[in-house]
Amino acid sequence: MRLDLAHILRWIAPGSRVLDLGCGDGEFLELLRDKRQVRGTGLEIDDDMITAAISRGLNIVEQNMDKGLSNFPDQSFDTVVMAHALQAVHYPDKVLDEMLRIGRQCIVTFPNFGHWRCRLYLGTRGRMPVSRFMPYHWYDTPNIHFCTVRDFEALCHNKGIHILARDVVGNTQRQPLLAGTWPNLFATTAIYHITR
Amino acid sequence: MNTPSDSQSVGIVAPQVARFDQPLELACGRSLPNYELVYETYGELNAQCSNAVLVCHALSGHHHAAGYHGKEDRRPGWWDECIGPGKPIDTNRFFVVSLNNLGGCHGSTGPSSTNPETGKPWGPDFPALRARDWVHSQARLADRLGIECWAAVIGGSLGGMQAMRWALEYPQRIKHCVVIAAAMKLSAQNLAFNEVARQAIVSDPDFLQGYYQQQDTIPAQGLALARMVGHITYLSDDAMANKFGRALRSGSLEQGSEGDVEFQVQSYLRHQGSQFSGSFDANTYILMTRALDYFDLAREYDHDPVAAFGQAKCSFLVISFSTDWRFSPARSREIVDALIAADKAVSYIDIEADEGHDAFLMPIPRYLAAFSAYMQRVGDEA
Repeated sequence: MRLDLAHILRWIAPGSRVLDLGCGDGEFLELLRDKRQVRGTGLEIDDDMITAAISRGLNIVEQNMDKGLSNFPDQSFDTVVMAHALQAVHYPDKVLDEMLRIGRQCIVTFPNFGHWRCRLYLGTRGRMPVSRFMPYHWYDTPNIHFCTVRDFEALCHNKGIHILARDVVGNTQRQPLLAGTWPNLFATTAIYHITR
Repeated sequence: MNTPSDSQSVGIVAPQVARFDQPLELACGRSLPNYELVYETYGELNAQCSNAVLVCHALSGHHHAAGYHGKEDRRPGWWDECIGPGKPIDTNRFFVVSLNNLGGCHGSTGPSSTNPETGKPWGPDFPALRARDWVHSQARLADRLGIECWAAVIGGSLGGMQAMRWALEYPQRIKHCVVIAAAMKLSAQNLAFNEVARQAIVSDPDFLQGYYQQQDTIPAQGLALARMVGHITYLSDDAMANKFGRALRSGSLEQGSEGDVEFQVQSYLRHQGSQFSGSFDANTYILMTRALDYFDLAREYDHDPVAAFGQAKCSFLVISFSTDWRFSPARSREIVDALIAADKAVSYIDIEADEGHDAFLMPIPRYLAAFSAYMQRVGDEA
């Protein structure tokens, strides 16, 4: 299981209704269904991912969240999850607003661009970081809105979004303390549990 | 391929007839004292009777959805792409029931059947039908076959609308509802096309107010015209451009060349029209288009689709096709949005396809893959 997903699982109430934005092949929704008995719906736009998720017996709606989520009623889901997609949407701030309108609680994960390796790469080479975790070039990356842990928290502050909990995943399993203490330097993935 | 011995074909099939002598109360207020339904089945019903799938046909469809009617038959049923061993509606797993709707002209009781009261064909006096009448008559067929609950009710176009009606009328008797290229109600544009089709039929001098059968004639020209109009709306602009373009079948557009010119698309449409008028009953066409026009899923629920779907207990798969302008993806998304708002389990896919409304009958790889994936789940839960 992907580490960030294991973290999120703890915040999902059994039997709740969950919307997963950018659900991919449905790995996480399947986990939620099997471990938390949630009633889940996933949004995805990739053909093959959708078919794979349907194969898992999940409810998947083909919809591009960049074109809006207005078809989902206010507060119609207990939790709205968006794992590793915030950096790929056109208007991250508007998507966050919509998530918080639709869900009573939201969970967002994203790669932390403030990680020391990114800083070192950019600082020493003067070029946009390319790594195992972010294997794209600046011109072909789907990740068009990178942010850091501090950037995200500043946005939450400006928007009056309440951070219920923050969790981080470090570079290796041995560094939870570093990532926990200095997340903006050592977290590779940031995980936020937020609400209005 | 396209032979009864193909390993992915259900092979040679034979229609059966079920007769019902208990009167059927209809939505129009009248009742049918008795009626017959012609149907085919593919695959085996399991011991628990839990693997039955009902296939609902579209406007001009019938019971022969898969397989062949004889060794020399080279034209399989209308949905052979999707029904058979290893196909999305896998006959190794499912017991498939496909019938000709009441009011049809392929063997089920309809306007061309004999009215027991007069001894003459019903003709235009056959009662008007609604989709719910079909659903009720199908429920009786299910009773007859020992099917308490369908693993899935599946349909495209008008068939998809029937499938949705099933979900609302008999929520306990349907586990999955597959709605393909359909809508909760027709748009004004759709109503308009149907009216042109009906006018083409009724203005044919041979229509005789619908009593043509008694005069031993048929309104062939009107019916052909109706089909031609319909056929244009089932294809997309791109599909027609790719298939025919401006290619000529005969004549020349060179300067100095006189005489008639015929485009390929003209001859194609005329062929479709004349084929159809030889095999379809005009009164049935009028009856079916009216049922389509009058369909409004949420009418009895204060025009609130969310309240309507609140009745349903099944899971839904909704499928649309990108170039379908008769039942556009937007209409399917309305269904999906209402289902989400009603907190129902729904999956939705919009298939990129050039073929317009007809795409739902085509072997489009992504369509078949996703449909198969969903039907796996239906089978696993059966």
